[in-house]
Formats: sequence, structure tokens, C-alpha cells
Amino acid sequence: MTGDRATLLAVAGLHVRSPEGRDLVSDVSFTLDAGERLGLIGESGSGKSMTALAITGLTPPGMAVSGSVVFDAPGLGRTEVVGAGERRLTSLRGRATSTVFQEPLTALDPLMRVGRQVAEPLRRRRGLRGRALDAAVTAALEEVRLPDPERIARAYPHEISGGQRQRVAIAMALACDPALLIADEPTTALDVTVQADVLALLDGLVRERGMALLFISHDLAVVSRIAERVIVLKNGAAVESGSVDDVVNAPRHPYTRQLVGSARRLDSALDDVLDDWRAP
Amino acid sequence: MTTRRRVPRSATLIAGCVLAGLVLAVAVLSFFWLPYAPDDTSGDRLMPPGLPHLLGTDKLGRDLLTQLMIGARVALEAGAGSVLIGGLVGLAGGLAAGFATRWLDDTISALLDILIAFPTVLLAMLVTAAREASLGSAVIAIGLAMSAIVARLTRVLVKRVLAQDFITASRTSGTSWPRIILEHVLPNIWPTLSVNLALQFGLAVLAEASLSYLGLGAPPPNASWGRMLQEAQASVFIAPAGVIAPGVLLVVLVVGVNLIADGVRDVADPTRRRTR
Repeated sequence: MTGDRATLLAVAGLHVRSPEGRDLVSDVSFTLDAGERLGLIGESGSGKSMTALAITGLTPPGMAVSGSVVFDAPGLGRTEVVGAGERRLTSLRGRATSTVFQEPLTALDPLMRVGRQVAEPLRRRRGLRGRALDAAVTAALEEVRLPDPERIARAYPHEISGGQRQRVAIAMALACDPALLIADEPTTALDVTVQADVLALLDGLVRERGMALLFISHDLAVVSRIAERVIVLKNGAAVESGSVDDVVNAPRHPYTRQLVGSARRLDSALDDVLDDWRAP
Repeated sequence: MTTRRRVPRSATLIAGCVLAGLVLAVAVLSFFWLPYAPDDTSGDRLMPPGLPHLLGTDKLGRDLLTQLMIGARVALEAGAGSVLIGGLVGLAGGLAAGFATRWLDDTISALLDILIAFPTVLLAMLVTAAREASLGSAVIAIGLAMSAIVARLTRVLVKRVLAQDFITASRTSGTSWPRIILEHVLPNIWPTLSVNLALQFGLAVLAEASLSYLGLGAPPPNASWGRMLQEAQASVFIAPAGVIAPGVLLVVLVVGVNLIADGVRDVADPTRRRTR
């Protein structure tokens, strides 16, 4: 969007077809500049998660991916993801992009202490060992505002709360220091109060580090808080895109209007409830 | 509190270790000290328990306690050897099938089903025919039969772990496959697999006893509990000690190993430890 930033990711004509021949993603194109925050919005089954997986070259076996996904991360050169070999992709993943998933309990290895899971990318990316590695793990956990990081580093995932787990998952994704962070419904599995905290944390960290963010959600209100630009997906195709303000204030596509309308209705209903509650 | 390191305890594990440890102690002792030489037939035939033969003698006048101690050694060697072969071959095959494409996976699964349907005794007879009747032949046969079961279990476990989000999460951060196998796949299949291997150890001990009973195990003078049972069978009413002693030890070892298997399940999985 803004001309002074370099293009980090260029997706052109991306198609993902399931083994049964169903088009899960059809002809999705967009670009993402370094440091830009883009929202990908749509209901479940709209192909938003599949788009994210295709960007990292992690579509499940049997999926036919065509089109073009080009990363141009600093220091890595231009890389075409579609059709690239596993070795090339492994070197790209983590440095060009890493992902925070929806369900923090299953995104962490249940049998590995949290500290070791955060340590793994730090060890690989920054070559840290021993004491220095322990210190870096503690710092990484502190950065995501986890209380008592030494204790949490020794805990197993089932021993900490859902919000804490998602913070650990964010710490793991950030430990790779990626140019693009993909957040796939990172707040959906959390309860509402924790959602706001995690969202604010994510927003702050991405800003601080000048990272690009691809934020995937079904929740327009959440996306409009964190993204600069949104793409609306329906049945695998992009139906509308533009700046958050334009899309929210002047939606053109009927589906977007419906999304904005239902978000508004929910908002005003909430307001009514809150008003009643505040002034009985 | 919950994050404090502590030694996981399990009553079944302790009980199992005591029983199996008893047999292990006897086996270790047999390397250093035996009451008589294994081929010493100087005693009277079919003596009842007493002095100088604590457990009596067999129909050739050999000391039963001596044979029993060597039998403990043979039983443990059979169990350990079979689990080693079956575990390694089965783990490799199961990992290959778990990672394989559809076509290769189906092929491996079909081969495993055939191998599992094949009777262990028949397999042992084939191996014995190709080599000779020895403990090694018996262990190879039992190990091969076991590897099919281990491979099938490993395949399912690997597939289940690979479908988990944390594998995808690990891959999105650029972890290589060998590293994912070592750090995530093996530790996550280990709690279930180790329990199964411990159970297989007990089954292997019983299988070796069966093969020896049929004359497909270690040849004399290396006594095996299975062959002791077979040799004492004809004189069971005159000299019951010859049947009772190896039978009891066989049960002690197998029950001990099974209890260990149960205990390992509680200890190997940290998500289960908390509930204890």
C-alpha cells in the first residue's frame, strides 16, 4: 500500500484444490509490504486458514496448489513457495514467516516443558547454548508479559492457563524473529477478557519489531482493531479488499455488508446490555 | 507447586521391579556362582528337595537349582533380545509407514498383517531350519513376530502425532523433519510404546519357554525353563519340584514385567502424573 515499504510477500492467482476436486481457495491475490498489517476475514470454511498454510507451503498432502506465492524477505532473496522443495521451505520457515495457531493447547507439545519449546527456535536461529539460552528463554517469556517466567519455563503445557499457553505460542513464533507473523484466529479459543489482552500484546509486539502481520479471523471487530487493510474471503475467493476504514464504513459487497451489519448489531446489543447494567 | 520436579512414584512399578529384580538377581548370580556344574549328573535321579540338592535333581541326576538359575539367565536374554530386535525393526518399519505416502503405507500395512497372521511357532521352525536350534534362532523368530506388532502400533501412533497442531507449529518455525522426529514424534509415542514393549518382553519370555518346550530353543546344557518343564513332565507325580520351580519363576518374571509395564504408563506420561 504505502510506497516507501518494500514488498515482502506477493500472492498471485493462488488456487488450492482438495483431493475431491473442490476449490478451497480460488484466485486469491494480494501483496503484503514489510511491516504492514493485513487482516484476512471470512466465516469458517472460507479458505482463510488454507491460504495461510499455502503461504508457508504446509498444505496437507493431496492438496493441489497452483498460482504463485513469492517471499522477498531481507537476507533470504526471492523465493517462490509453490512447488519449492522441503529443504528450501524449511530454511524459509521461521525466518521469513512463523505462525500462531488458534488452539494453544494443541499447538504446544504436551510432553515437553514450555521452556524447551521456546528454546528450540532460539537455539537454531541465534545459535544460543547453555546459560545464554536459558536467559534468552526467560527474556522471551517476559516479552509476552508472562508472570514468573522461570516457573512457566519449567511447566508442562497442561499446567498453565489457556491465555498463558497462547502467550507461550506467541513467544515461540516471535523467537524465530520472522519478517511476517501469521496469526490464525489467535484469540478465538480464549475467553473474552483474555482475548483483549492477547490482542493488545500481539499489536504492541508487531509494532515494536516492525514485523508484518497477517491476521486471520472471522471476527470483523477484532480484525479492525489490529489490521490496516483487510481482505474479505467467501467460499475461497476474495470478494472485497481495502483499508479497514473503507471496508467497515462503506462495504461494497453484500457479504461484507452482512458481516459489518451483524458486528454492528452485536455491538449495539452489547451497549444496550451494558447501559442497562450501568444505570438500572 | 505442580511445576516442582519430583520423582514420580508408582506402587505397581515398585512391585514389578521387585519381582523382576528377583529373577534378574538370580540370573546375575548364575554368572559367578552355581551350586553344581550344569552338566554334572553325579546326583541320584529325581531326588526330592533337600540336601545336598536344595531343589532336588532331574531324571538325569542334574541339580535343579543350577538349571533354574541358568534358566533365569536364558529367559532374560530371550526377553531382552526379542524386545531389542522387535523394538528396533518395528520402530523403523512403523515410522516408515507413518510417514509414507498412501501407496507405500498400504503396502507396508499389508505386509504387517501377513506377518502378524503368521504363527510364531511356524516362523521359529523356519528360522531353526535355516540356522540351527539355538537361543539366537528363537530370539530372531520371536523378535520378527514382535516387530510386526510394534510396527503396526508405531504406525498408528506416528500418524496420530503427525496430525497434531504442534507438529505444524514446529514446521512453520522451520524445524527439520529429523529434528521433529527426535524432539516431538518419538517422545510423544514413547509412553504408549514403552508400555507395549514391556508387555512384549513378558510375552517373549513365554514364547521362548514354549519354543524350548518344543525343542526349538537353546540346546543342552543351557537349561531353559521351557525345556525343564518338558523334561519334568513325565515325572510330575513322582518329582513335582521339577515342574513347580520353573513354572513359579516363569510366572514371577512375567507378572513382574507386566506390573512394570503398568507402572511405566503412569511415569512416562507427565500429563498423567498430575492426577496421582
